Amino acid sequence: MTRLRPNQLCGGGVSQGPSQAVLGEGALGATRPLPASPSIFRQAQRGGEREPEEVENSEQLCRGGQELRCLIPPAPPLLLLLQRGHRHPPVSLCEWPRASPGFHHPGDSHIFLKASPQVSAGLGRGRMAAGVATWLPFARAAAVGWLPLAQQPLPPAPGVKASRGDEVLVVNVSGRRFETWKNTLDRYPDTLLGSSEKEFFYNADSGEYFFDRDPDMFRHVLNFYRTGRLHCPRQECIQAFDEELAFYGLVPELVGDCCLEEYRDRKKENAERLAEDEEAEQAGDGPTLPAGSSLRQRLWRAFENPHTSTAALVFYYVTGFFIAVSVIANVVETIPCRSPTRRPPREQPCGDRFPLAFFCMDTACVLIFTGEYLLRLFAAPSRCRFLRSVMSLIDVVAILPYYIGLFMPKNEDVSGAFVTLRVFRVFRIFKFSRHSQGLRILGYTLKSCASELGFLLFSLTMAIIIFATVMFYAEKGTNKTNFTSIPAAFWYTIVTMTTLGYGDMVPSTIAGKIFGSICSLSGVLVIALPVPVIVSNFSRIYHQNQRADKRRAQQKVRLARIRLAKSGTTNAFLQYKQNGSLEDSGGGEEQALCVRNRSAFEQQHHHLLHCLEKTTCHEFTDELTFSEALGAVSLGSRTSRSTSVSSQPVGAGSLLSSCCPRRAKRRAIRLANSTASVSRGSMQELDTLAGLRRSPAPQSRSSLNAKPHDSLDLTCDSRDFVAAIISIPTPPANTPDESQPSSPGGGGGGASSTLRNSSLGTPCLLPETVKISSL
Amino acid sequence: MGAVMGTFSSLQTKQRRPSKDKIEDELEMTIVCHRPEGLEQLEAQTNFTKRELQVLYRGFKNECPSGVVNEETFKQIYAQFFPHGDASMYAHYLFHAFDTTQTGSVKFEDFVTALSILLRGTVHEKLRWTFNLYDINKDGYINKEEMMDIVKAIYDMMGKYTYPVLKEDTPRQHVDIFFQKMDKNKDGIVTLDEFLESCQEDDNIMRSLQLFQNVM
Repeated sequence: MTRLRPNQLCGGGVSQGPSQAVLGEGALGATRPLPASPSIFRQAQRGGEREPEEVENSEQLCRGGQELRCLIPPAPPLLLLLQRGHRHPPVSLCEWPRASPGFHHPGDSHIFLKASPQVSAGLGRGRMAAGVATWLPFARAAAVGWLPLAQQPLPPAPGVKASRGDEVLVVNVSGRRFETWKNTLDRYPDTLLGSSEKEFFYNADSGEYFFDRDPDMFRHVLNFYRTGRLHCPRQECIQAFDEELAFYGLVPELVGDCCLEEYRDRKKENAERLAEDEEAEQAGDGPTLPAGSSLRQRLWRAFENPHTSTAALVFYYVTGFFIAVSVIANVVETIPCRSPTRRPPREQPCGDRFPLAFFCMDTACVLIFTGEYLLRLFAAPSRCRFLRSVMSLIDVVAILPYYIGLFMPKNEDVSGAFVTLRVFRVFRIFKFSRHSQGLRILGYTLKSCASELGFLLFSLTMAIIIFATVMFYAEKGTNKTNFTSIPAAFWYTIVTMTTLGYGDMVPSTIAGKIFGSICSLSGVLVIALPVPVIVSNFSRIYHQNQRADKRRAQQKVRLARIRLAKSGTTNAFLQYKQNGSLEDSGGGEEQALCVRNRSAFEQQHHHLLHCLEKTTCHEFTDELTFSEALGAVSLGSRTSRSTSVSSQPVGAGSLLSSCCPRRAKRRAIRLANSTASVSRGSMQELDTLAGLRRSPAPQSRSSLNAKPHDSLDLTCDSRDFVAAIISIPTPPANTPDESQPSSPGGGGGGASSTLRNSSLGTPCLLPETVKISSL
Repeated sequence: MGAVMGTFSSLQTKQRRPSKDKIEDELEMTIVCHRPEGLEQLEAQTNFTKRELQVLYRGFKNECPSGVVNEETFKQIYAQFFPHGDASMYAHYLFHAFDTTQTGSVKFEDFVTALSILLRGTVHEKLRWTFNLYDINKDGYINKEEMMDIVKAIYDMMGKYTYPVLKEDTPRQHVDIFFQKMDKNKDGIVTLDEFLESCQEDDNIMRSLQLFQNVM
């Protein structure tokens, strides 16, 4: 009985012999150590060996129940059988042939691309569809059918870990108990609930897994395990949903087809809104000029945001006024003025009657416009971009005719052209769009509806041509008809289709009248079609703008409230200190009195601050004391993005000039708001503030370090660093944000204790200060 | 203009209705449900314990709420397990091996019975099941054409990208080898007895049969 000779499949002739276990022959090609997973899938895997029952790296995108899941089969024995002697070339999942009909799924290409080895490894998802897991034992069992065909013995099955059998797990999410089979959760071993990570949340006393998360959202997460499809809740905030997904280790791509569209839309909307917010922040409509800004930058800021300074505002209004004057002058100079001097009274346009006056006015306006344009050009951060922008083009068009007119010789030939040029002066009215947001929105709408407008135009043109032709031929026979040619009929068609009906051209034949009525009816139709699209576009953009404005306004209020809240708590520490309880010499009774309202946390916090004070030999203080001590003199209009509202304008307490008194050096370093602990739940906002605040910090830090000689100048800016934001667990009795954040230690003063990083000290102190401030 | 919009929307709804009817028809068909016989009966008929049957049924019901599996589902399942190539033909043959009564759908009992044989059956039963799989027309004999079909279907599952490259006549050679081994009397067909005998002589096969004991 000869053994089966391994055929060419195995990659080469081998000797026969009953004793020769084919397995042992490495020459046969890739017989790999068992029970490792097949090599092809090794690339797609994360590299570790996996149990076959566990999920190999199959990219699962839950697109409906039985539909395609791009997935790598995890059953080694089956595959090794087929692969005996085969080594699959490193093939990314992108190249797999899609012969089977089940593959022809519209979204396939991007599914496969996603499942490329790098990506799947990066995603780390060994997801297998819920259903596939169920069928795996069946598929493996059916492999018995291959046995007689196998030319080599099949690899031994992987060791099965002692399965405890299925049991019901209890997952307690914020008090709501969910119970599910363990197998259900094990379907997705790459998630929190499917892996051993959930053991961290196991509560041995109650025998359940406790999660302190939103139970309503958890419902969706659990349903994903059960059904294999992740649905997006419609009434929940999309970001909250995302956070829950991130917590439970689910990728947002798992959202099922049914909810995917909406999910993406909402997410995009959200992202846009956040981007708008960020832009608005960075655009800096607050008084946030960083210190080292040049004249150019300040000028540009003044132009872009007139509200930042009075001068800018004045300039803004002046230019607006002159635009209006110029436009009115253009209009008025064409009004006929009776010239009384001549007999008989002859009417001539006012422009001819008072040419000098109008010329002077025109000159003045153009001078102002030119000056403005040149200033803008100078101040623009990117001159090329500025030159290409619409507004600058309008500016140029507004002033160019004047100059052209100046240099043009005053003879009759070109005066016609000259007159035409004067028409362009009316474009000055477009300069108003800098002053009016509504105009800008309109312009933007038209731009974004370009396709609809194009369609409108195209369909109108088609209709006009058709009807004009018809009308022309219908009216051809009539005597003394107005419809002398098809282009002449265009006018009639347009007037009729837009339901104007001037009546200067009317059809006289019956056929003409019939077609004319059809024309007017269809005109209504054609025009009515694209208009709603444009209208909805406009409405959307307009509302977006309104929302942005509202948000900006609210942001200011929010910030103000936060500052108030912070000031309240920072006062706590200072109050506490003032009561002398930190001093060792404090009497016991006084101490007891002052301690009355402080929680353990606050005590520890204050102790920490006290340690810091002792470390640096400097003390925390509030703004008033600080400014008093310095005898501060405001240094111009340098403002800082202060996170704390000072009761006085910023200039008052904060800025140092070179006239810093020497004695002030001793109270040198005021640290930033390290005591910015908020007692009312505005922690989140503070965090975001902290994040926001980080951005100017490096800049100023670098400028600090870069110019030690200007230290007094620069660093004396009142730049606030949010050094440390410590969260206080809000006591249950706390009221929400809106309540007046009265400091727990007693009525906090109105003044906030902004701790400023103005190093009054010598330059060598600078690095230190910076370091400290960046706690 | 309002009239325009009105007519538009009514036009749209009119078009939607026919498709809705079709969906309802489809729904009706799938509502047909099948419930398996009692748990005790199944336990008696198969080699599974109650717990195992419970687990099996829960998975089965989750996937096929209607209680039956049809060939399409088989094909899709196998397509997911073997995405490299085309598993549809093999799934087709497999389906017919499962569907002993040739009704076109596999109920849970059939499913579990087959699984019981495959996982917990005797060597004899397993080999008999395999013979049944190979015998496409269920006439009791395996001829070369049937074997060619099966082997071709198996090689189709491998897909295009293999190493060494699949040649055209590889399946044929595989079948030749198989027949050489199995067909004792060289009459071109393999009967059940020949099959059983040949398989029992092959140590590899015998050993491999034990592989799948603990799949469940």
